Amino acid sequence: MLHNLAVNHIEAAAVVLFGIGFTMLLLHQNLIKKIIGLNVMDTAVYLFLAAKGYIEGRLPPIIVDGVTDSHLYINPVPSGLVLTGIVVSVSVTALMLGLTVCLYRRYHSLDLDEILMKVKKEWM
Amino acid sequence: MAPVCNFPFISIVLSMMSGIISSVLPGKWARRLTMVLLCVVIVLSGGVLAFTMQTGDSFTFAMGKFTAPWGNELRGGSLEAVLAVFFALVMLLSLIGGKQHIDTEVAESRTSLYFIMCDLMLASLLALIYTNDLFTAYVFVEINTIAACGLIMVRQIGRTYVAAARYMVMSLLGSGLFLIGLSMLYGLTGHLLMEPAQSAIVLLRGSGHYIEPLVVTVALITAGLGIKSGLYPFHSWMPETYGYSTAASSAILSGLVSKGYIILLIKIYYRVFGEKTIMYGKISNILFVFGLLGMVLGSLSAMRENDIRRMIAFSSVAQIGYIYMGLGLGTRAGVVASLFHVLCHAVAKALLFTSATGLSDVSGGYKRFYHLRGAGFRNPVAGIGFSVGALSMVGLPMFGGFISKLLFSRAAINDPNKMLPALVILAISTLLNTVYFLRTVITIYTPVHEHDQHRAFRDNPGYGIAMTFFIVLTIALGTLSQPLVDALTIGLGLFD
Repeated sequence: MLHNLAVNHIEAAAVVLFGIGFTMLLLHQNLIKKIIGLNVMDTAVYLFLAAKGYIEGRLPPIIVDGVTDSHLYINPVPSGLVLTGIVVSVSVTALMLGLTVCLYRRYHSLDLDEILMKVKKEWM
Repeated sequence: MAPVCNFPFISIVLSMMSGIISSVLPGKWARRLTMVLLCVVIVLSGGVLAFTMQTGDSFTFAMGKFTAPWGNELRGGSLEAVLAVFFALVMLLSLIGGKQHIDTEVAESRTSLYFIMCDLMLASLLALIYTNDLFTAYVFVEINTIAACGLIMVRQIGRTYVAAARYMVMSLLGSGLFLIGLSMLYGLTGHLLMEPAQSAIVLLRGSGHYIEPLVVTVALITAGLGIKSGLYPFHSWMPETYGYSTAASSAILSGLVSKGYIILLIKIYYRVFGEKTIMYGKISNILFVFGLLGMVLGSLSAMRENDIRRMIAFSSVAQIGYIYMGLGLGTRAGVVASLFHVLCHAVAKALLFTSATGLSDVSGGYKRFYHLRGAGFRNPVAGIGFSVGALSMVGLPMFGGFISKLLFSRAAINDPNKMLPALVILAISTLLNTVYFLRTVITIYTPVHEHDQHRAFRDNPGYGIAMTFFIVLTIALGTLSQPLVDALTIGLGLFD
């Protein structure tokens, strides 16, 4: 058990970071902190993927001198996934920030609870 | 390869292209483009359906030159084609029925943006239905979330902003869990295409290694997609989101968006993990319990509501509960019942939301039951539409909801342990549905004279046509269901 944890320490760290980000996104009432939590969570997944793709002692996946034996190179697929994931998370973050700006302009607050109270009062 | 095999790819690309073209069009033309696009997608998906029913088999469409396990693929079968036809049809009718409200509630400068979001929504739904690649599914899940957020936010009032913020937070939590689940699945299997991943999982299960990580992966993916589709304890965003956005958005969001995730979950269960893994991890039992809870508690919340739109939104919580209960039965019959309920609920909920706005339009814009008294007389089309939708949700014979309840009970009878709770809760939930839906129907047909000044009903041909089609569809689902159930069963059978 402990041995497995030591071998996969990067993955373990990534999962802990994921938990931190997830909790922040779920529990924090401040919208900006929620967005920070979102980014911590997504980045943790990229760390996990990058750790999965890297194989100790192997070369970057670029063929030099015509050597095509796949056992010499690391796995390039997770890097591609990380890049795609970053694009997705940037667009989602941009949308969330835009939404936060809209809410702040209207209710002069970043606290979701406070905004909810103000909205309810407005509709009474 | 038959030319029909290109149709899924063409419909996805056409949807995305329309979104791009719409960005430079004025609102009116963007709307026309979206309408044409939806008709084209219906025809193309109909072609796929005819083709797959004729051959009785599914087909894979490889994108690019690389074949499995490296390339990216789409896959079409009768199940996918039925879903694509229905989703595009419901979206088309919701947009036609909600046109008046889009015109009044969405600023003119933003109308084209609204239809860009609709195009993107359609593209992502089609991609979720047809894709054979897990990471492509993730990307389109996020596109779906962004488009849904746009559809909510486009009506610029405080409530929709808050609703959008809460929707985004819950959705992003779901996507995060889904993404880490996928990453772990990739770590375990080394594949992103569904078929190679399934073969790898069969090998893993045979070897007896990594069983716990596999169960964790199933749990993460289930939790992620469950949160996103509004499974019972994670439904807090639903009433706000469906209750205050513009009518067409509510219809699309509750009818289609949450269903897209459920379809993806079913695909991942049956095309990647396989029934044995799901049963081993007892995940189906958890879904079963949450589904039952949702069926009762969603209906109880709906009973307490005074606002017609919010009541329909809470009823969605209960209906999503039905769908998960069917999945939780863990049998093919249960999944077929869930799939049928997906279609039935998509049509009925879109009909209910569209008619509810028609009713409040003739009641001075109010949505509370007190003001809606007699609305069924003031707007007869909406009154009939609402009654038909309500009867379908209650499960009266001749309407779609009856068939899904029949299928659910038939599926439940085969399982000795789950039969009793499933049938009892089904009965209780039906009773609760009856109470709040029929109360509403009675309210809208209670004659009042002093409210006649609200008679602001303008004859709107588009609304009438959309409502007629919705009503015909609901009754067709209830009376001509057998071929559809057969198509769903065959399509599900082709999943492994």
